[in-house]
Amino acid sequence: MEPAAIMFTFFEAAAALSAVSLIFIRQVFYGALLLIVCLLSLAALYILAFAEFVAVTQILVYAGGIVVVILFGVMLTAKIGEKPLVVQHGNVFGGALAAASLLALLLYGLAEHDFTPEASAVPRAKDAVQDTGLVMMRDFVLPFELAGMLLLMALIGAAVIAARTKDKRAS
Amino acid sequence: MMFPLQHFLILAAILFSIGLMLVVVKRHAIMMLIGIELMLNAANLNLVAFNQLYPTHRDGQMFALFVIIVAVCETAVGLAIILRTYHFYQTSVPDAVAELSDKP
Repeated sequence: MEPAAIMFTFFEAAAALSAVSLIFIRQVFYGALLLIVCLLSLAALYILAFAEFVAVTQILVYAGGIVVVILFGVMLTAKIGEKPLVVQHGNVFGGALAAASLLALLLYGLAEHDFTPEASAVPRAKDAVQDTGLVMMRDFVLPFELAGMLLLMALIGAAVIAARTKDKRAS
Repeated sequence: MMFPLQHFLILAAILFSIGLMLVVVKRHAIMMLIGIELMLNAANLNLVAFNQLYPTHRDGQMFALFVIIVAVCETAVGLAIILRTYHFYQTSVPDAVAELSDKP
């Protein structure tokens, strides 16, 4: 086995295992840490799938942004000095049934098809990141700008929602 | 060299079903958000994996980038709502929040 294949298998296993253990974890803080592991191994898989820019964005945005925000949320919604909140499970049978049937359906669909490409004669672009930037600023300018507007709106909206007003229900 | 596409797709299927199970089973709003993140990432993995079949195109990767951006917005607004409901109801269990307005 060559090193790249070993890395591929390792990161695949890391992503799947951390996701599976998310089911059994009972504390939200550990859940957020496991989410970091899963997202970082997915970023490694993106690099192995020739999507370097997506991988860097994944690390910056997810591991640097979303997980930190989630950790803030965990710490802000915990009462100080109490035991860490234990997450209750509900609807276990229904959830497991839905997830298992969806997984079975997807795996059945995957087993039906063979996705191996017909000999890709087209050479892969050398400077993939530069190519990505060109495509983004040339073909995808409108979605790019709209995404900027959406981010701004979400940021302002989140700030407005989370801003503390007078609590009517006394805490 | 390209890694087998089947591996990516099976991993994405596993991640998506686990995300669905987290959303249904966990009785905590932040754990449900984590489940939604897992599902979005599964979709992203599919987009990136199928983009490998067309080396000269970048459409799949672009879609993955925009999915990431929308996921950021969703998480920010979702956590803001969770913080508000926590301050108001002193709980982050979604089932316990059944009313939208405070009754007199």
